[in-house]
Amino acid sequence: MDHAGFILLSWVLTFAATGAYARFVVRRGRDLAARATREEMPWT
Amino acid sequence: MTSDSVSDRPLISIDLALPTDLDTVTPASAANRPGTGTAATRRLGTLVAVMLTALAAFGLVFSAEDVVQGSTVRIMYVHVPTIWVAYMAFLVTAVCSGAYLSRRNRSLAWDRVAGASAEVGVLFVAISLVTGSLWGRLTWGTYWVWDARLTTTLFLFITYVGYLAVRRLGGTQRQRARRSAVLALLAVLEIPLVHFSVELWRSLHQEASVANPNARVELDGLMLFSLFLGVVTFTLFYVWLVLHRQRVLALEDTVADRGLDEAIRDRRNEAVG
Repeated sequence: MDHAGFILLSWVLTFAATGAYARFVVRRGRDLAARATREEMPWT
Repeated sequence: MTSDSVSDRPLISIDLALPTDLDTVTPASAANRPGTGTAATRRLGTLVAVMLTALAAFGLVFSAEDVVQGSTVRIMYVHVPTIWVAYMAFLVTAVCSGAYLSRRNRSLAWDRVAGASAEVGVLFVAISLVTGSLWGRLTWGTYWVWDARLTTTLFLFITYVGYLAVRRLGGTQRQRARRSAVLALLAVLEIPLVHFSVELWRSLHQEASVANPNARVELDGLMLFSLFLGVVTFTLFYVWLVLHRQRVLALEDTVADRGLDEAIRDRRNEAVG
């Protein structure tokens, strides 16, 4: 594959950025859920 | 309590029973708490992970190289879907903002979905800018030109970063919701400007090809499939992210309300004492 470095960098950046954001959101949710009651989390 | 009621239910709430009884969970096992997840979001997350793996396989291995672009076309399988999702995210933000402003019963859930969607949109437009820049280096010989499409897309990104900054200004939750909703309804007007910039001005960036009936573009079956798979995968990923993020925002509002309540109670106790 020509230009493999640029192509792989594009994919790695995409997956890393979205993965890092997803991880942040899930962790933040867990941290806040620890301070909330069940009634305050109607999706549960 | 403030009028920004903590009982505002999230707009998107998939009501499925969880196996864990939260009342029995101790702080030490907080990592095991479900947080913003439900059985449905876990299933959706698993599906997205599988589809991302499939997308990487088709986009990087199975699909053919383009006769003109060569292997650089493989960047398109992440570049195009991410800007599509960014457009959609900003449209959702505008629709939810309009709903918040127009409804008599103004639920903050609309505002939270608007904020969550804008945040995810900013992430995806940033990815699209970076991947487009890498593609431009290979195809045009430069990472950046002040081309109409690139410039308007950068302007779109900066606008929504500003929107997120406005959401963090002080005031009550309803003040936040009202001013950010107005801004969202103005900011969304940039999307047609970005989309049609390649037709309005002389642009280095090519016009729409796949979705353009006038374009004479023939795509190999696997190339079209990879592009379609990318759009579907990142759209589902967007849905998963917004589901979680708007619940996080609901929890942040809840915790902020409780902190305010406690501060008021402490102040009253001090006054009485």
